[in-house]
Amino acid sequence: MSDAANVEAAVADGAVSTGVAEAPIEAFTVTLIIRRFDPEVDAEPHWQDFDVQMYPTDRVLDALHKIKWEQDGSLTFRRSCAHGVCGSDAMRINGRNRLACKTLIKDLDITKPIYIEAIKGLPLEKDLVVDMEPFFQSYREVQPFLIASSKPEKERLQSPAARERFDDTTKCILCAACTSSCPVFWTDGQYFGPAAIVNAHRFIFDDRDEAAKVRLDILNDREGVWRCRTTFNCTEACPRGIEVTKAIAEVKQAVIRGHR
Amino acid sequence: MTTETVEAPRSARTARRSTNWEKWGWIFMRASGVVLIVLIFGHLFVNLVAGDGVHAIDFAFVAGKWAAPFWQWWDFAMLVLALIHGSNGMRTIVNDYANNPLLRRVLKGALLVSTIVLIVLGTLVIFTFDPCPTGGDPALLPSFCGAQ
Repeated sequence: MSDAANVEAAVADGAVSTGVAEAPIEAFTVTLIIRRFDPEVDAEPHWQDFDVQMYPTDRVLDALHKIKWEQDGSLTFRRSCAHGVCGSDAMRINGRNRLACKTLIKDLDITKPIYIEAIKGLPLEKDLVVDMEPFFQSYREVQPFLIASSKPEKERLQSPAARERFDDTTKCILCAACTSSCPVFWTDGQYFGPAAIVNAHRFIFDDRDEAAKVRLDILNDREGVWRCRTTFNCTEACPRGIEVTKAIAEVKQAVIRGHR
Repeated sequence: MTTETVEAPRSARTARRSTNWEKWGWIFMRASGVVLIVLIFGHLFVNLVAGDGVHAIDFAFVAGKWAAPFWQWWDFAMLVLALIHGSNGMRTIVNDYANNPLLRRVLKGALLVSTIVLIVLGTLVIFTFDPCPTGGDPALLPSFCGAQ
């Protein structure tokens, strides 16, 4: 009898199970240091550490859930879809803006604690939650919707090449990771910020839209595109991989040209 | 990692003005930057490398250069572009870091005044430079002024 036949017979008898599925998945302990702030109790934010058991497939968001559900129910953070689409859970993880739901724990250096805090430059409300209103105010100011005078009988047709022109900036999920990583936005909070310019870009370069000039005038402002210092923090922070700094540069060139 | 809290709102939004110079400022910085690269490296090459190189530099060398209108205008362009380029860069830093409106005005005013003073003084030196002023003390004049 050959070895293979032996194993086959043993498996059939139930004496040996197939090895791969049974390998134990190893859990490891991770320390998270979270910047806590309760406006009803604290005068200043403070750091608090938590130890959690995690698996290699877990994300930072799973660690936050474990803390909230098993250790401290008062931990406050935003999340909606938990799959990198809604843009609710942007936070500063080890000093970089990321989505908690797209950051695997094993991709971070787990020999050291993981530092988590709210995104910067927007008013802190509680723990990891900030007031997003200044961010959305800039977003609304660039008129991020299709402006067209004609009322078509059917859909507005567009060539694939014309669609490709602004494809990159359609990916924005308004998580504010870019705007809250921008040092110019940190200074006085008046700058429109990368996200608003990205969403203006999405319509400025859409050939179905007729208000490119209006948006270019809005962004040709003291607090508009000229405050960008091309530090590339926004491009690096974007969880959707949008080339934000490039989009801002294209808007600058369009302002100089005076049209799309 | 920083634990700083960035306060908001940091400053009130200023009223929009009809003319906006930020675009022209941005274009000027790019254009003057490109021109300055040529001017400054040309200046360094002529002074430090060409001919006898750095050993040729003395009072007579500078006097000789400024006797030619070409070098007068070269240095004038370098003076004006570099000062405006530099002070405009400082202005953007003031805009970023000085939140108090009064402090902003004072700092920007100081920048404007110092830039104008330096441009005026530098221009005077370049175009009115005379290595052998008439009536000067012969002991203080360079040797090549002996003809007077």
